[in-house]
Amino acid sequence: MAGTGTAHLREADSHDLLLTVRNLVVEYDTGRAGKVQAVSDVSFDIARGETLGVVGESGCGKSTVAKAVMQLPRPTSGEVKFKGADLAAMSPRELRSTRRTFQMIFQDPISSLNPLRKVRHIVSEGLDVAGGRSRAEKQAMVDDILSVVGLDPTVAGDRRPHEFSGGQCQRISIARAVVVEPELVICDEPVSALDVSVQAQILNLLEDMKERYGLTLLFIAHDLAVVKNVSDRVMVMYLGKICEVASPDVLYAAPLHPYTEALLSAIPEPDPEVVPTQLTLSGDLPSPIDPPSGCRFRTRCPRAEALCTEEEPRMREVRPDHYVACHFPLSSV
Amino acid sequence: MTVNGKDIDAVTQVLQQDTETPTLAVTDLRVWFDTPRGMVRAVDGVTLDVAPGRTLGIVGESGSGKSVLSRAVMNILAPSAVVRSGSRIEFEGRDTATLGREEARKLWGARMAMVFQDPMTSLTPVLTIGAQLTETLRRHLPMSRSEALDRAEELLEWVGIPEPRKRLKQYPHNLSGGMRQRVVIALALACSPRLLIADEPTTALDVTVQHQILALLERLQREQGMAMVLITHDLGVVAGRSDEIAVMYAGRVVEQAPTKVLFREMRHPYTRALVGSIPRISDPSHTRLRAIPGRPPTVVDPPPGCAFAARCPHARPRCLAETPVLTTDGTTGDRHRHACFFPVGTPAGDDAWTTNLDEGRTAAGLPVDSRSVL
Repeated sequence: MAGTGTAHLREADSHDLLLTVRNLVVEYDTGRAGKVQAVSDVSFDIARGETLGVVGESGCGKSTVAKAVMQLPRPTSGEVKFKGADLAAMSPRELRSTRRTFQMIFQDPISSLNPLRKVRHIVSEGLDVAGGRSRAEKQAMVDDILSVVGLDPTVAGDRRPHEFSGGQCQRISIARAVVVEPELVICDEPVSALDVSVQAQILNLLEDMKERYGLTLLFIAHDLAVVKNVSDRVMVMYLGKICEVASPDVLYAAPLHPYTEALLSAIPEPDPEVVPTQLTLSGDLPSPIDPPSGCRFRTRCPRAEALCTEEEPRMREVRPDHYVACHFPLSSV
Repeated sequence: MTVNGKDIDAVTQVLQQDTETPTLAVTDLRVWFDTPRGMVRAVDGVTLDVAPGRTLGIVGESGSGKSVLSRAVMNILAPSAVVRSGSRIEFEGRDTATLGREEARKLWGARMAMVFQDPMTSLTPVLTIGAQLTETLRRHLPMSRSEALDRAEELLEWVGIPEPRKRLKQYPHNLSGGMRQRVVIALALACSPRLLIADEPTTALDVTVQHQILALLERLQREQGMAMVLITHDLGVVAGRSDEIAVMYAGRVVEQAPTKVLFREMRHPYTRALVGSIPRISDPSHTRLRAIPGRPPTVVDPPPGCAFAARCPHARPRCLAETPVLTTDGTTGDRHRHACFFPVGTPAGDDAWTTNLDEGRTAAGLPVDSRSVL
């Protein structure tokens, strides 16, 4: 998998693209071991009003992509075009004024909220930074958003995060992100710390918020069923590269990349009549310090051949709007 | 499969259970914690058993008491925990509370072992894998250092770790999460236990690694013929890999049945709602999830009544006044028990549902409409 290439990027003329990321590279310095490319030449785009789901195992670089889009920290190279302007090339001052329009929701709902502050202040902080509103206006907006996310502002507003459950803290995080009227919300594993019954509430809430405020979402998760539920388009990542991009119903019904197929076969079905399948994937993720040559997935791939060692596959459209970076995709006609 | 209206799985299981002493039998276990806020009833009257070679899945959300239950069985409860009198934990027919010091030492860690959720914190970071494995082996078995090292290498190979000899000299931080969990499993199985308790063994792992670890546990269990208790919040994990499932809510078992019977004939509204809230890979994207309203109750000095009543679309006045007990209604085999006055799929449950629908709310005040149907 190693997909490099930009075949899956859409034309700005025919699509209302809110975010276009091209050739994104994020390197970390690990000291003795040298440099690690956590994200290695990744390109993708998100149309306005769309939810792009990103899936992959830990270490595939999905969270690094989220942080690079947020410019936290800035990517090593590549372009992050948001509403036509390259965030990566902006001065800190310009970036600060643009930031209001893209917000983030983190995985751990409790540690991402300041334990010393009252919920009302946590939620209004973005408004304070943006400025230009009276105290009464801000208070009205905070109360409004708290009731939208399902919390009673008169009760919840003056409490602190530790008085809330994980699911309620995630509601507060959503309120904090949405109150500043962003256009893009990046959700990094927003439900993976929650119980299934609460997870469903939060996923439904995100769908409601998306509709109500016309949000565009970049939704990152390791749970393929969760990603399928919320996404309009899904991108599968492996070891810093993209494997496959398609709409979820197509991708899950007929995956083209052997890695996507392996991920899908590993999902436990909540049905005892379904016999767990044999996993086609063996071994561990290789080290990103010294990634395999050619296709990065070849060391674990049941279909790998000599070509996969020599040449890195490029993204190509195998079916209409279904892109894969693989020399030997599944069910290719 | 059903013959003459009787479930064959259930019947065979009942026959097996009758002829064998269960490896583990827990009777009316109550573990309470005395806290400044009041008495927390973490486990409040749980009765379970597991026969040799079989797997019991315990399913519950955070706070349901499933981990306290496993810690009580392993005798590693926090000092503030109070095991109430009348609670009984039997291992192979013997009450564990009556064991002498020597016997207890032989039991916990050797004949009864546990795998924890987080493989990083259940291994010590300052000792090599080899040192941790040989320590366990030599504590419980008469072995020399070199014998223990050889056995440790065998164990690592058995759980599917490549280059075991090299791994013995490495530290936990040198291994990936999946490899670490394999080491933890090797540690637990070092002395060939008769019972393995796996508490969320795959929650911290990726889905592919989870698949590998669950398959590994299944293979090892088959080879050893040991009994296993698999604790998880994910019904998907236990659906294909357990013989029987107990669903816990607020410190109690609310429904228990052979796995296939449970999925076919869900009686408790909570079990049904829990399954309904899982996003399914087979559903089209943007399918509205059937979330359970509200959140799990606190178990501090709980009021009488069913703990799930506040979130349950079937709740009637009786659910607020009386606490339902775990019983069988006889229609789906003796092993299928549930604690509900108005179970799903029964005339009583249907009546409760239609009455609540007509009134627009349950007895606990939860608004219901036609979409709240279980």
